Amino acid sequence: MTRIQGSGWVGLLLVLMWLLVALFGPMLAHYEVGAIVAPDVFERMGGAHFLGSDYLGRDVLSRLMNGARFTVGLSFGAALLASASGASLALFSAISGRWIDETVSRLMDALISIPGKILALVIVAAFGSSMLLLLLIAAISYMPGAFRIARSLAVNLNQMDYVQVARARGEGRVHIAIFEILPNMIHPLLADFGLRFVFVVLLLSGLSFLGLGVQPPDADLGSLVRENISGLSEAAPAIIAPAMAIATLTIGVNLLIDSLASGGRSVTDEAQR
Amino acid sequence: MSAVLQVNGLEVSVRGERGERIKIVDNVSFAASKGEVLALIGESGSGKTTIALALMGYARRGCTVSGGEILIGDTDVLALSRAELFGFRGNRVSYVSQSAAAAFNPSKTIMDQVIESAVLHRLSSKTEARAKAIKIFESLALPNPETIGNQYPHQVSGGQLQRLMAAMALMSDPEVLVLDEPTTALDVTTQIEVLRSFKKVVADSGITAVYVSHDLSVVAQMADQIVVLKNGTVREAGATMQVLDAPSDEYTRSLMAAAKSIVRVQPQSLDASDVSPAKPLLELRGVTAGFGKTDRDGMPRFRVLHAVELSLERGSTLGIIGESGCGKSTLARTIAGLHPAAAGSVCLDGETLAPHLSRRTREQLRRVQIVFQNADTALNPAQTVEQVLGRPLAFYHGLSADAARKRIARLLEQVKLPANIAPRRCAELSGGQKQRINLARALAADPDIILCDEVTSALDTVVGAAILDLIAELRRELDVAFVFISHDISAVRSVCDDILVLYAGRTVEIGKRDNFTGGPGHPYTDLLISSVPELRQGWLEETHAKTVAEPNSSLPGNGDLCAFLDRCPVRQVGTCDKTPPPRLTHGNGNEVLCHLGQTKA
Ligand SMILES: Nc1ncnc2c1ncn2[C@@H]1O[C@H](COP(=O)(O)OP(=O)(O)OP(=O)(O)O)[C@@H](O)[C@H]1O
Ligand code: SF4
Ligand SMILES: [Mg+2]
Repeated sequence: MTRIQGSGWVGLLLVLMWLLVALFGPMLAHYEVGAIVAPDVFERMGGAHFLGSDYLGRDVLSRLMNGARFTVGLSFGAALLASASGASLALFSAISGRWIDETVSRLMDALISIPGKILALVIVAAFGSSMLLLLLIAAISYMPGAFRIARSLAVNLNQMDYVQVARARGEGRVHIAIFEILPNMIHPLLADFGLRFVFVVLLLSGLSFLGLGVQPPDADLGSLVRENISGLSEAAPAIIAPAMAIATLTIGVNLLIDSLASGGRSVTDEAQR
Repeated sequence: MSAVLQVNGLEVSVRGERGERIKIVDNVSFAASKGEVLALIGESGSGKTTIALALMGYARRGCTVSGGEILIGDTDVLALSRAELFGFRGNRVSYVSQSAAAAFNPSKTIMDQVIESAVLHRLSSKTEARAKAIKIFESLALPNPETIGNQYPHQVSGGQLQRLMAAMALMSDPEVLVLDEPTTALDVTTQIEVLRSFKKVVADSGITAVYVSHDLSVVAQMADQIVVLKNGTVREAGATMQVLDAPSDEYTRSLMAAAKSIVRVQPQSLDASDVSPAKPLLELRGVTAGFGKTDRDGMPRFRVLHAVELSLERGSTLGIIGESGCGKSTLARTIAGLHPAAAGSVCLDGETLAPHLSRRTREQLRRVQIVFQNADTALNPAQTVEQVLGRPLAFYHGLSADAARKRIARLLEQVKLPANIAPRRCAELSGGQKQRINLARALAADPDIILCDEVTSALDTVVGAAILDLIAELRRELDVAFVFISHDISAVRSVCDDILVLYAGRTVEIGKRDNFTGGPGHPYTDLLISSVPELRQGWLEETHAKTVAEPNSSLPGNGDLCAFLDRCPVRQVGTCDKTPPPRLTHGNGNEVLCHLGQTKA
């Protein structure tokens, strides 16, 4: 089956590390999230506060450890939901008749034309902000993209000779979708999932910036960057640390997924030849 | 005479999975003098193209030339710098690849592309280059040399495009011309024209050519010297005459055996018990099919099949032959119900089948199985051999896992594969193995009819011959009827009892296999048969395959007139272009759609 090689191990390591931080970070954090504990703002690294202090004098390390679970959990959940629902809908639409396919595709086009942030603004304004709502908003915003990619994959695979053989054998649509088409879509879908994960991280930090995301004093990694933006000119660790955190997390996820996806490259190449 | 091209101890290697070096070309040496044609022959993976590319100072990604030298004139190709190679490639050595269609830019005129390199290398002005190109078009026997350059690549035929690509390569008066499988993608009737013009141009210009091919018969026509390759090493090398007449190597002999057309099956002798003049197993009546919107009569806009009729007896084999695009695959798909017929009927044992497979019963579907041309895409790469073969067993026969395992072992034995292949994934199998699994999957249904669409076309000659042997054997052992579709008449002749010749979606001739050996039949059949290269030198000069160089499309294109009219070398003005051809039964029992038999009779 798929084997992890080379840079994939780096990815796996980074992802595992962030998973651990997300799970146990709040327990291990030294200070309260909202507590102002340092005498000065934008303190340097080292000393009493390992990663310095932020723009209000709060402990950056503690805030980071608390924030990781929002970014990891929300982004992972939302990206998974978006990819899974997009792919299922795409499969359904590709094996159904022309009418259903057309209807679903146009519906998705309509959804794609609504900017994610505006949609989020409207929904949060109407229902107030909550974790579940954020997850759903992010999932809905990125589902049409996942649908499009999955549908074009499914439509191509649907034309493959082995699908024709299955059809000529008299197999039903569901069997064809699940056993013949889906297994050959997994690898490209995984790669797409990695991309979508990054997008969700960005969307969430954007929402937090507008005050619609994770509510203070909690903050996800994206909002940590935004709120400390004024420290940029002094190269304060308060802004560098969360930025690095986002970078390592997204790079880790993508390295891992790329290596998973390319472990099956011989398969996709065979299929395309 | 000093050699124009000399290759000494060439070695090309790739990096293996663990970073170790694997030699894919090892200690290959050959030399060719001016005006000589040297052929590199071998199956796929033998390193032919790798060597051909090395002659241009090029190694594919991941490959490195790790030893040896290549001398062209006095230049050591492998010692050239990047900048020197730029002036060298396409200038002193030119390359013609297998797929001309992929090499041309569809959005520029042919002339612009042919002269592009000469102008780029500042060898000549635009007008000079044009004049020269037209001369080369002429020497390649291209129709309308003056104007063909103004057309776009999609407006000329595949054979013409291949010659135009050669013209592009010849523009710089190279010392060495490398032709990499230049006719493999062409139909035999087109191939012969291309071969003729290549041969002429090589003789006229005194160029040294390296001809890469897997087809020994083609090479026999073109080459002065043959180098036989296997797994990157030279198995045999020598003058064409000597290699063909007295091959010293075992592998060369197996190549020659595979190239010979042998009859693998004897006509079914009718048992006395089998006297019932029963209905044929499969019968097609007036089957018409096509693509595009259907009009008011339910007829598709682009008709591919025109009232095709055929019948197939139990346990016999019908060959369907015709050039690319004549509708062979569409016919197979129509029989299988994948492409519903617009008119006409498909009957199985006298029972009319629904046009679309969703209306057919599972039992009807089981009895007709289809095997596709491209083994790579016909097997789901994500499944194991066991899963692929197990599915039809469970689906049609409801076999338990245990019973299925036993049956799978038997099936693998029938297609001559080792039983331990069962747990392997299809993506890991070789082309020949995949095609056997493909056949085994069809057999798993216990069908009455297997439709084989070009099952050997994508395979090497030796592997393809083994598959033909297998089909012949299965036919003998099991009571299965085959519809064997191919563009290769020797393959069809070797396994079929009856042959149907399809031209532009019409049955132009149908009859017993033995009548397809060159006797006068339909003019298209004759052309087809006489265009198949024979494994001897001089065939190309002798063959009487008459071709009409250019389809004469000025003739009225009436739907009912003979479809072969514009290419027919023996058309009869006044008859053929006025009245539709009749379907006549010739003396040998063949049914032929042509005016000709009539006037003779
Ligand atoms: N999906 C399609 N839509 C429109 N035209 C098609 C389609 N598929 C095939 N055709 C046309 O139908 C004709 C017959 O195609 P078919 O695949 O049956 O040819 P073939 O004899 O099997 O050729 P080959 O030897 O290359 O496999 C061709 O002219 C082709 O261009
Ligand atoms: S009918 Fe006429 S044009 Fe057609 S094949 Fe026969 S002789 Fe040639
Ligand atoms: Mg075909």
